This record gives sequence, structure tokens and C-alpha cells, in this order.
Amino acid sequence: MNEEEIKNIIFQLLKKIAPETEPAALQPEDNIREVLNIDSFDSLQFIVSLNEKLGIEIPEEDYGKISTLKSLTGYLLKKLKSQLS
Amino acid sequence: MTEFLMPSLGADMEDGTLVEWRKKSGDRVRRGDIIAEVETQKGLIEIEVFDEGVIEKLLIKEGEKIPVGTPMALINPYGAEAETKKETVSKKKEVELQPIEEKTESKVMEKSTKKEIRIKATPIAKRIADDKGIDLSQISGTGENGAITKEDVENVIVQKKEISKTVKGEKPVEKLVEAELAKTEEKQVEGAPEKKEAQPIEAELDKMEKQPVEAQKEITVTPAEAIRSAVAAAMSKSNREIPHYYLEKRIDMSKALAWMKEANRERPIQKRLLPAALFIKAVASSLDELSELNAIWENGLQLKNEINIGFVVSLRTGGIIVPAILQADGKSVDEIMEVLNDIIPRARALKLRSSELSDSTITITNIGEGSADKVFGVIYPPQVAIIGFGNITEQAFAENGMLGIRPVVNITLAGDHRATDGITGSRFLGALNKYLQNPESL
Repeated sequence: MNEEEIKNIIFQLLKKIAPETEPAALQPEDNIREVLNIDSFDSLQFIVSLNEKLGIEIPEEDYGKISTLKSLTGYLLKKLKSQLS
Repeated sequence: MTEFLMPSLGADMEDGTLVEWRKKSGDRVRRGDIIAEVETQKGLIEIEVFDEGVIEKLLIKEGEKIPVGTPMALINPYGAEAETKKETVSKKKEVELQPIEEKTESKVMEKSTKKEIRIKATPIAKRIADDKGIDLSQISGTGENGAITKEDVENVIVQKKEISKTVKGEKPVEKLVEAELAKTEEKQVEGAPEKKEAQPIEAELDKMEKQPVEAQKEITVTPAEAIRSAVAAAMSKSNREIPHYYLEKRIDMSKALAWMKEANRERPIQKRLLPAALFIKAVASSLDELSELNAIWENGLQLKNEINIGFVVSLRTGGIIVPAILQADGKSVDEIMEVLNDIIPRARALKLRSSELSDSTITITNIGEGSADKVFGVIYPPQVAIIGFGNITEQAFAENGMLGIRPVVNITLAGDHRATDGITGSRFLGALNKYLQNPESL
């Protein structure tokens, strides 16, 4: 899975959680929660849906590493690679 | 025979539109069954029934808008056994229902000739105009950016009544209003309509309003506007009627967060807890000790046996909605989290059940991560308290002569001073602190 495909999954899942927003308009350095006005409840739902879609479990201590679109994409890519190896 | 009434889903609800009956005559219903779907300002709500029996008769047609408290159905608690009682009750209801049926006729008529045009008007102006059948497009607004205000609509109602005194023939109301508006551009209308003459005038107006009106325009109220209007009504009532007192306590969250972190480590992602679940449970446990705050004020203080905690959910399109976590004191933290997982998405989609909207006995507003440090709530009438949780932040915190950096939450309580005094609120915040320092006890 490449970066573009991961981004598309992120947008799709965010749109499902916050249908009134436009996740595809997110800039790489945008803070996802701030820009899309996502609260801690939505954020947890998003992490659950990422887990269901990609099989990646994001521990609570890593929440700080996935705040922007760029950092989240990078984090997921890295996790997927380590899963394969 | 039991009457099933249009329920009130909060102090701000005046009416609802029956969208669909989920049961029919002859069906047996049990407590908690969904009997109907009703469109309200708070979305499409599934209405539960609280009586057991067999539905004798559905009194309201789908599509009808009826005031709170209007009988919607007759339920026979003994099934087919009570045939004799049925007749008398049914006859009485037919008489009472006449005005509602009349209303529906005129609504249907209006619908067939409506066009959708957006007009700027305040929610209260829209509501009055809707109730009185006033066409807003015929009114020039005097409010901000030309918005039509309550006063503008009331002026037209006064004018309509004056016109009806002089006009003998039957002309469409709008034409008359238009003509009179042109006249009154020169002279100001003074005084309110005389109440004594209201009856014949109203009758004449009613007759005229049933005339088909060409190109009548509909004021489209979006769900966001409806919610805003509901919040406005409830909060205005609260501010008008409830003498609030406010208290605040800073609470060290180190132990609670450490407990939660540990608990989450053992759980799959789907079962992870959020601080909100812990707050709700701690509030429910504290209310067990301070029951005066779990109450409503209606002709005096009425304590409630069940602890149903309303949880404020903010909508991205603006406005808030407050579903209840029913019997929160009997639920574990995990069970409360499960309820939140179910109820928050449904609240945001405006798909709640009637009991979830009407049965709260106290409210929690949790402003949440990354936002303001403290929130002073406005009590949701007829409740007597609201608890506000601010953002959890790292703060300098002194304890036992030592200064340290701790995660701290500022918790506030707004209480109804008619119902309780500051000392009760203060004890409540003390109890809340005790539970949050001993999260394993929850």
C-alpha cells in the first residue's frame, strides 16, 4: 500500500466520522483534529476504524505522533512495513 | 383506556410532527416499545411507549403537526376486555381533536401551492408567523440586515385583525395585508388588538385563511436552525427563571488518568475508555450522596429516583443536543463508555429515542480536550444543576506542602438556588473529588 492509498483511506474514514467536513482538503501539516473540529470521542472512533481497516493498533502513548495528516500517513506506512517484515 | 400523548422532549419543545406510526390498531405494546417516529427540532425521534396493552385506536395521521400533550393513540391496558369503556372515551376524543384536524386541512392546502424561497427572519419570528399563518415574504424586516423580527410579525398580526373588522367580502389574506401594509406606510399602527372582539375576528380570519393562496412561499428551516432555536428557547427560559449559583473546584487527575491508562492498556481499541466515562460515573456516584441535585424544579423541588445524566454533545453544524445516559449509577465505567459509543453518533445524526431526550435528571457539559479550561453551564430546565468539566491541563499543584506539576481539571457546578444552596453544591464537588482520587472504587 502506498502513501496515496493510505491518504485515501484516511479521508474516507474521516468523512464517515465527520460527514460535514472535507478531509480531502487537509494540508499535510494541518492538525487533523483542530481543522476538522474532531473531539476526543470522534478521535477514538477514527482510531478504531483505522484498526478495523488496516489492522494497525495505535497505542494511547502514540496519539501525539499522529496529529497531522503527514505524521499520521508516515506513522501508518511505517507500521504497515513493519507488519510485512 | 390510556391516552398516549405527544411527549415533551424538553422544556423547549412545543410540538412535533408524526412522521410514521410503527404500530397499528390491534398491536400489543410493551413498556419501551417504539410506537412512532416524530420529527422535532431535535431531529427525528423514536417515541417509546410507557404503558402496556393493546392499541385501540391511532388518533393522529402521519404528517400531522401536533402540540405537546395531544392524545396520539388510545391504549387498552386490558386488551379486548374493556370494550364498553372504549366508546365513551373515543367520542370525547373526537370532539377534542377537531381543531387539530382543521389545522391539517389548511396545512395540506398550503403545501400544494408553496414555493421554496429563503427569507431572513429570526427563529421566533418564523415560529409566530408559522403559527399564525403569516406570509413572511410580505413583510419588510427592521432587524439586522433587514431580518424580520418578532415585532415585525406582531405588527402584521395587529394589522390583519384590524383589516378583518372592516372587510366583509372574502379575499385572500395576503392581498388584504398587502393593501393594509401599503396604507400603514404612512400611519403607524398603535396599540394591541382588543381581546373582546377576538372571537368573531378570528373566525373570519380562519375562514379567509382557508382560501387557496397563490404563490405562498415556504420558509425553509434547516435542522441547524431548528436546533439553534431549541437551544435558544431552553437557555432563555433557564436564564429568565432559574437563579443560578456557581461553584468551582480544581481536581488533581493524576490518579484517575493513571488508572485509565492502565485500564486501556488491557483493553482492545474498541473498548478503550475516555475521561468522559469516568466523569459521568463519578457524578452518578456523587449524586447517590447528594440526591437534592438529582431533581427537577416544578412547583417545588421533586427528587428523582433514577439518575439519568444528560451529556452535552456539540454538533459540528452548530448547536448542542443532550442525550441521557439512563440509570448511570447502576452502570460500570465500561458500560457508560458503551452507551457513549452508541449514543453520541446517534445524537449527532439527530436519531435519538424519546426517553434519551426527555428523562435527564442532571446535565454534564464536558468542554473537552484542547478547549477552554473551565465551563460555567446554564441549567437545562426543569433540572436543578449542571456540572461543567474543563480541559485537563498540566498545572502547578500544591499538596502536603509540596509543589508539583499535575494534570488538573477545573470542575464547576451551577445550581438552582431555589432548590439547593451553595453548601450542597460544595459537598457534591467534594464527593466528586473523593471518587476521582479513588477511581478504582467507581
